[in-house]
Amino acid sequence: MRGQGRKESLSDSRDLDGSYDQLTDSVEDEFELSTVCHRPEGLEQLQEQTKFTRKELQVLYRGFKNECPSGIVNEENFKQIYSQFFPQGDSSTYATFLFNAFDTNHDGSVSFEDFVAGLSVILRGTIDDRLNWAFNLYDLNKDGCITKEEMLDIMKSIYDMMGKYTYPALREEAPREHVESFFQKMDRNKDGVVTIEEFIESCQKDENIMRSMKLFDNVI
Amino acid sequence: MAAGVAAWLPFARAAAIGWMPVANCPMPLAPADKNKRQDELIVLNVSGRRFQTWRTTLERYPDTLLGSTEKEFFFNEDTKEYFFDRDPEVFRCVLNFYRTGKLHYPRYECISAYDDELAFYGILPEIIGDCCYEEYKDRKRENAERLMDDNDSENNQESMPSLSFRQTMWRAFENPHTSTLALVFYYVTGFFIAVSVITNVVETVPCGTVPGSKELPCGERYSVAFFCLDTACVMIFTVEYLLRLFAAPSRYRFIRSVMSIIDVVAIMPYYIGLVMTNNEDVSGAFVTLRVFRVFRIFKFSRHSQGLRILGYTLKSCASELGFLLFSLTMAIIIFATVMFYAEKGSSASKFTSIPASFWYTIVTMTTLGYGDMVPKTIAGKIFGSICSLSGVLVIALPVPVIVSNFSRIYHQNQRADKRRAQKKARLARIRVAKTGSSNAYLHSKRNGLLNEALELMGTPEEEHMGKSTSLIESQHHHLLHCLEKTTNHEFIDEQMFEQNCMESSMQNYPSTRSPSLSSHPGLTTTCCSRRNKKTTHLPNSNLPATRLRSMQELSTIHIQGSEQPSLTTSRSSLNLKADDGLRPNCKTSQITTAIISIPTPPALTPEGESRPPPASPGPNTNIPSVASNVVKVSAL
Repeated sequence: MRGQGRKESLSDSRDLDGSYDQLTDSVEDEFELSTVCHRPEGLEQLQEQTKFTRKELQVLYRGFKNECPSGIVNEENFKQIYSQFFPQGDSSTYATFLFNAFDTNHDGSVSFEDFVAGLSVILRGTIDDRLNWAFNLYDLNKDGCITKEEMLDIMKSIYDMMGKYTYPALREEAPREHVESFFQKMDRNKDGVVTIEEFIESCQKDENIMRSMKLFDNVI
Repeated sequence: MAAGVAAWLPFARAAAIGWMPVANCPMPLAPADKNKRQDELIVLNVSGRRFQTWRTTLERYPDTLLGSTEKEFFFNEDTKEYFFDRDPEVFRCVLNFYRTGKLHYPRYECISAYDDELAFYGILPEIIGDCCYEEYKDRKRENAERLMDDNDSENNQESMPSLSFRQTMWRAFENPHTSTLALVFYYVTGFFIAVSVITNVVETVPCGTVPGSKELPCGERYSVAFFCLDTACVMIFTVEYLLRLFAAPSRYRFIRSVMSIIDVVAIMPYYIGLVMTNNEDVSGAFVTLRVFRVFRIFKFSRHSQGLRILGYTLKSCASELGFLLFSLTMAIIIFATVMFYAEKGSSASKFTSIPASFWYTIVTMTTLGYGDMVPKTIAGKIFGSICSLSGVLVIALPVPVIVSNFSRIYHQNQRADKRRAQKKARLARIRVAKTGSSNAYLHSKRNGLLNEALELMGTPEEEHMGKSTSLIESQHHHLLHCLEKTTNHEFIDEQMFEQNCMESSMQNYPSTRSPSLSSHPGLTTTCCSRRNKKTTHLPNSNLPATRLRSMQELSTIHIQGSEQPSLTTSRSSLNLKADDGLRPNCKTSQITTAIISIPTPPALTPEGESRPPPASPGPNTNIPSVASNVVKVSAL
């Protein structure tokens, strides 16, 4: 099931049947190794680990497997899928951030378990869990606090998704101003970074945010 | 939006949670999934073969037969399944399209049957996947050509009076099957070409002796007869050339074409001979000119398709032929040198110089072996045999390369042209799909207000007006709407954007005060006031069609002292109730209220009378009156 086992058997077979060809081995290699398949754990285990019902997991997996028959999503695939929803803008940067947020073990690919774990937090977790997840998304280097540069990157990526044809026309300073207002709201002790406690505290005080966090509850 | 990706829409919507803490304004409500039923299997009975699939699979493409309510027409109440009296083989491909998002074309299927099935199910053939697209297009082209040929042969019986005389003539020349006259002309010219070539050949045959002189070739013995034949042929060719020149649609191009050059070269010697005097010195040169008469045989290439293909082959394989020539030359020079020095020692050797040895090398390498030059020394014989062996290789190697090159180049050329055309079409399709989906969103935004306005009227039957988007589409649009709210900007299409750019550049003049009911600094949050939907807003129903106009008219509004000259005419700002509890997060700047008159489009007022909204005095009061339809817009 994993890549390593296949690699070993590959080298053996190459010597044996003489299909190893000096001129073309690189090409054959690529073809052989790309058919890695990943199977998720059983339905019961996933039911325990996440807060989805059995039916919901079934629906999720069917959609997941349809788009990624190999069972895992890599970053390119992910970006491509996400860009289909935002035809006017460039969603690749934001998709990268999302990918990093879902890829909790940082192995460069999102398996169904990662996918479902992330969704379980977003859709079925408590408000605090969700805020935690959002904080994790913004904290690009995962050091526990959001700096202005990280926030600016995130903001720019969100604005990139709007594309060029917006009303009013997008100005260069718009993301920066947005970041400033964000920090004004969130950064209690004005030390230039937003920690997780400040973030959660400020969000809990904001009705809008609280309400919008529950907006997508019935998505599945 | 691609099919399988629709399954990821829930994920994209969930991921939108990342925008929530960043947004300053509240988000729009999610579209309610009114008919949320469990995913069920539906049975499709196609001529007895039963296919089963999930209902949501079919709903991925709502604009096809199976994805829309059109399939209800085929629902069989007794057996609780959908029955289609169509070909089950092709249906397999159609259903796979819903499942995988890719439409394939099975090779064994007839192209017109396949097209018919696709048309029945409401699927455009353009979305055939890359793997099968070339095959599909090839078959389609063959079919179209076949139809065209059929049409042509039908048309040939009819007369086409619309063509001018000149065009008819040209058609007759190019395609001898168009009319009997053209066919006759074709055969006559062919006959005369043959006659001319044969006379050229027979002229030189010795014809028996006239007593008292040496053997003469026929040409000189019956010179008068041959001259007459030659004249006749040349006259025919001249007439033909002039006729073609007259009928050609583009004379300049015709003169430059290869065939006309051959024609000219073929008849020139005769005229030159007429003009020239019977001068002994010059007639020697004249005789050589007669060689050019043999070019008349090339005129046959108009009559023979094969000759034309051969000519094209040679032209297209020029580089390979050049390589062959070059390698041969190299080998010849090497071997000639070697043979010369090898045979230098032997007496009475024919290998007098290296150029003289060239002849031997060529003859040996092409395995001709005339035998007029043979090596005598042992070294010479050894090298001679090496030369003949290598000759076989040197010649045999490039020739298949040329042959395969020719077929490869020929097919590649065709495929490259095909691919270029397909690429353009493909890019156009992708662009259309992209603009289609973004236009769908913009379109639904305008309709969305109508729906909300109607919903608030509380008339249930009118709710269904304009609810043409599927659930997936409305969810996608909700997602885009959330993004708009997060960034406080709106999606518009390209033309509007350019318009706004032009207008904003024209807005730098301090203009006169606009007529305004009240202008004072205040806080208005255009986005936030949308939350309050309790009031009824008649004017909104006018907006969808006239929003464009309103934006144009806004450009004439004077904006006082706003640091950010960003106009946000949100439809929502037309709401009467100004939010007193204004969100402190939103941007603040001075506003100017102004009057815009919006004409009522008659189609969009579904209600008989209008209810005047409660006139609440507030900083931004809109008092629309039905009579004048004056609406106020607060601009940021």
